[in-house]
Parts: sequence; structure tokens; C-alpha cells
Amino acid sequence: MIHKLTVPIPDEAIRALHVGDQVEISGVIFTARDAAHKYMVEQFVKTGGNPPQAETALYEMLQEKLDGGVIYHCGPVVAKDDGVWRFVAAGPTTSIREEVYQDLVIEHFNLKAVIGKGGMGPRTLAACQTIAAVYLHAVGGAGTLIAERVVEVEDVHKLKEFGVPEAFWQIRVEGFPAVVTMDSHGKSIHADVAVQSEAKFRELVAA
Amino acid sequence: MRDLTDAFVELIRRTSTDLPADMEQALRAAREREAAGSAAQGALDTMLVNTEMSRAKSRPICQDTGTPIFEVHYPVGWSTRQLAAQIKQAVAIATEKSYLRPNAVDAISGDNSGDNSGVEFPTIHFHEWDEDAVKVDLMLKGGGCENVGAQYSLPNAQLKAGRDLEGVRRAALDAVVKAQGQGCAPGVLGIAVGGDRGASYAFSKQQLFRPLGDRNPHPELAALEETIKAQANELGIGPMGFGGQTTVLDVQMDTMHRLPASFFVSVSYMCWANRRRSMTVRGDDVTYQ
Repeated sequence: MIHKLTVPIPDEAIRALHVGDQVEISGVIFTARDAAHKYMVEQFVKTGGNPPQAETALYEMLQEKLDGGVIYHCGPVVAKDDGVWRFVAAGPTTSIREEVYQDLVIEHFNLKAVIGKGGMGPRTLAACQTIAAVYLHAVGGAGTLIAERVVEVEDVHKLKEFGVPEAFWQIRVEGFPAVVTMDSHGKSIHADVAVQSEAKFRELVAA
Repeated sequence: MRDLTDAFVELIRRTSTDLPADMEQALRAAREREAAGSAAQGALDTMLVNTEMSRAKSRPICQDTGTPIFEVHYPVGWSTRQLAAQIKQAVAIATEKSYLRPNAVDAISGDNSGDNSGVEFPTIHFHEWDEDAVKVDLMLKGGGCENVGAQYSLPNAQLKAGRDLEGVRRAALDAVVKAQGQGCAPGVLGIAVGGDRGASYAFSKQQLFRPLGDRNPHPELAALEETIKAQANELGIGPMGFGGQTTVLDVQMDTMHRLPASFFVSVSYMCWANRRRSMTVRGDDVTYQ
């Protein structure tokens, strides 16, 4: 069974998810990776929600749209046809680089899901439990397929400052496929696979 | 000498959008080994659908179009300076056409050059040879898998890895278990033994140009390729690290001479989107492999 989730996602829908579940997401989500996470923590979280004047418009918009919302770790390939942006390839990037920021961002904005690849660590897992959020794993490298599920690029923020891969792309997705690999009940497939594979490794190099 | 800029653009397009047949076949075989309905099988299905879509639509398989690595074999008399200029021009055109993502940023400021130009970017290696043809191998190597590559200086006490093939096995398996699913498993391992640090890493990447199933002519190394492949798959990391039967699709290694004092084992990890293609220019004919 595929769980269909629409942004804003209610807490009950998140609590109903368990690791291994397949989901499809629809609605407006934001790409954000290294530069964007650093920016959000420095400008929004660390200032206690009082960013410098120049950043307040973006902050207020993100506050509204990320409440119950979704962040996607992705640096897309984009094209511009007649002044309209289009996603050409848009698979996930490695998430663990955001481990130092992600829990703060989840808590600050009441995020419900983070999509990426490779999984995240204990800080993010704890925030998922507290806030009712999940980590969703998209298939790394599936750039064309996922771009097809991006039905509209609504806007882009910080494009000049951060560049194409690092900008906040505000996108409308329909039926974005992913797997729950960290749930809001403290379970992580990544932690389990790491423990099992490390045990097997010790067996293979014993003696 | 003729201008090959357009031919280089076509080589980049094919490499970015059309996964080689040996990789696709290996992914299909891996799919059959995973439990029906598992997350591992679902991941492989997504990879296969994506492969077909990107080929049909001529779009990048993966948005991380990586570091373009060109290995250029050229006959006597060709200008490497002009070939490099044509390659750089082709890379900029391919970026404009969205076959490549603007992927070169200033090391310190992070400023994106916008067209994949930069200091020592893209990577180009020239090799003069005796053939009366130009052959160019191109690999697009993404950051996720590049970041999980590893280099070991043996002996390594923690791994109990000595300066022998058993030590190489231990180092290689350590790299795979540390990578988990981060390198976009199921991947391919290119392993170099020997050399200095720089040459060793470069040589490990050259192994990744070999077709899957190609075994080292040295029987002991061929056997070790098979052993590491089998044991890496016993780790159970599986596609994307979801757990499962297939963690690596192949392992390919070779050796270089080394200093008596040094024994490096370099492991380059290539993701399932193993984008590597070649082009041969002979007279007026340009063919792509």
C-alpha cells in the first residue's frame, strides 16, 4: 500500500507511518541543501526568529509554507523555456551533511518530512520523534523520473547568492515517490542496516 | 587537426543520459535477486524506469552530473592544448543544453562558475598512443559516490591489514561497510594497489572504465576481485542502503609499482548510475561506444 500525503501534512498522518512504508507526496515543497540549511539556522533559528530586515520576506513565506511542510535535499538540473523554469533532473543528494542543522530546522518550522538519500543521524531521528516528522528516502540517481513529478516550479529564492544547485526551489510536486526510512517512533532502517552490516564485516575480517 | 567540439557535446549527452548496457543488465539481474515487494526491489525498479526515461527523453540520468573525467588517447601530432580547449567549450555547451548541471564552485567561496569551467575543472588526462585514431573515454562521477571513496596506507593495525592481498581485501571491505548506502548502491568498486597517493587514486578510477565482468589477467587478482564482490554483497547493505542482496555489481582492481616504503590501496566507488562512454575518431568517422 502506498500512503498518499498532501502538504500541509497533519501529525496523525505522520504518526501512522513506519519504516519501510512507501509514500507519495503532493503539494508545494522546497529544495534546500548545504547553503540553504546553513542560512536558515544562522538567519532564522539562531536569531530566535528575528532575522535581519532584508531576510524577513523570505522568512515569513517559509514560516507559512514549511508549517506542516516538506524540505527536499536536492540540487536540480534546471532549464528555462520562455522565461519559465523547468526541472530536468532532480534526484536527492546525500542528507547526512545537514545533520548538524536538520533538527533545528524541523523544530523551528514544524516540518513534517525531509526527503533525501543515505539517511540521517540521531539528532534528526530525535527531532522526528518530538515534532512528529519522518525522513523519506528517494532513490538516488533517479533524476529524470523525479523531475517528471515536479509539475511546476512556482518560484526560486536565493538563486543569485547560492547558485542553481543550492537555491531554495519552490516546487509543486504530484505523486513524488519515496520510502520511510526513519519514522516518528524512533526507528531507522539506516541504523539497523549499519549494525547488521558491521557485525557481518567483523565476521569477514575475524582472525 | 579537426574541430571535435560538436562530437564532444554528443559524447557528453550520451554519457549523461544513456546508461551503458552492461550496467542496465546488471541492475535487472539484481532486481530478480531481491524479495518481491521489498524496498530494495522497489529502489531497483525505480532505477530501471529512470534509466529508460532518461534515455528516451535525452535527460540526465542523475542531476549530479559530477566531475567530468576525460581520458584522451591521441596520435602523434595532435595538439593537446587545442583538444583541451574544445573539451572545455563542449562542456560549457552541454551545460547550457542541460545535459550537465553547473557543478564547479570556487573551493573557498562556493561561488558557482555557471558553466562547469574552473581551476583544473573538468578533469582531462592525455595519453599519446600509436593508433591513428583519437579515443576519448568520459566518466561523469557524482559527489555522493566520490565522497565515500577511501585510501588506505598498509599496514593498518586497526584492520589487521598487512601488505598483501589479504590486507587489500580487508581495506576494500572496510570501505564498503563505511560507505553503507551513501554512494548510491549498488555500486562498482575500482581498486588500485600501489603507486603514490595521487597516482593510486587516479588508477583506481581508470578501473571503472572496464566493462563489468572483465577480470584482471593475473589469476590471483582476478580471484580477489570475485571474493571482494561476493563478500561485499554478504554485508547486506543493499540497494540505496535499504538492506538486501546486492551492494556492489562488480569489483575491478589492478596494481602499480610502488615505493618500497609505501603500500597504498585506493578504493573508488562508482554509483549505480555508472555513466561512462567512449568515442572514437578515425578520419572523418566518429563512433560512440
